[in-house]
Amino acid sequence: MRVVLNGEAVETDAATLEALLEARGFGGKTVATAVNGDFVPAGLRGATQVQDGDRVEVLAPMQGG
Amino acid sequence: MREFYGVALDTPLMLGTAQYPSPAVLAESFQRSGASVATVSLRREQGAGQDFWQLIRDLGVHVLPNTAGCHTVKEAVTTAHMAREVFGTKWIKLEVIGEEDTLQPDVFGLVEAARVLAEDGFEVFPYTTEDLVVAGKLLDAGCEVLMPWGAPIGSGLGLNNLFGLRAMRAHFPDVPLVIDAGLGLPSQAAQAMELGYDAILLNTAVAKAGDPAMMAEGFARALEAGRLAFDAGPMEPRDMAAPSTPVIGKAFLE
Repeated sequence: MRVVLNGEAVETDAATLEALLEARGFGGKTVATAVNGDFVPAGLRGATQVQDGDRVEVLAPMQGG
Repeated sequence: MREFYGVALDTPLMLGTAQYPSPAVLAESFQRSGASVATVSLRREQGAGQDFWQLIRDLGVHVLPNTAGCHTVKEAVTTAHMAREVFGTKWIKLEVIGEEDTLQPDVFGLVEAARVLAEDGFEVFPYTTEDLVVAGKLLDAGCEVLMPWGAPIGSGLGLNNLFGLRAMRAHFPDVPLVIDAGLGLPSQAAQAMELGYDAILLNTAVAKAGDPAMMAEGFARALEAGRLAFDAGPMEPRDMAAPSTPVIGKAFLE
């Protein structure tokens, strides 16, 4: 299936958000996640199914004013 | 000194972390100024986020995540939730931007988002205008700090509405007030403190200075000067001259 990860279309067979993060190299990193515009707490990533066409945002600490 | 959600800050300087020439200069700016709060944001992870977060943690200051760039209540609320998880703080600098040229807050969305977040346990630092009615509604929504702009973000124009800012201080004597955005020079920061404000939040004026760390120290000293002036109780200005040297006892030398 295909999802949009941080604005880029990617092919994945990851069943859950947690698996998707692991597969894309975000495992163990300090990030926050949202799927289709809704926040997904870290504790729910394993239970969050990834669906074809999902928009996934993976955000990290960044400079800000 | 007024506290920010129960936190007494060591210094009245909240410093942004964007636009510095290097991470080392960022760190030096914090060290030389003694800034007590660092503002940060969340952006799509492209590899640099982890090192940056370590750098910020090493500063040993309070972290204030923002919702910069958010234009809707939904975006801002979602960003706040993500920030709370990543940064491990209930503090959120709430920005709901309403206008692109001035980056002026959408105060209607701001009040709505503030209410949602306060009810959810966030400690909201709303980026607002000096409008007293909006300020009152933000307090009603659960905010315990107000952050009126001095001037548009990144403009360096200073305190654009002295009357409005003075009125805000007088109107909310118990509320911690922070001038957020628009300052370009330490003299403007001193002026904010002379008005009785509790802190300032800066980024561009320091980060874009020729020597950011030196400018950060300049701001820190100005804040100290302004606070001393306010605490000391300034004289009342007057239109006519009043001789300071005693007139009595002056020699007759015609």
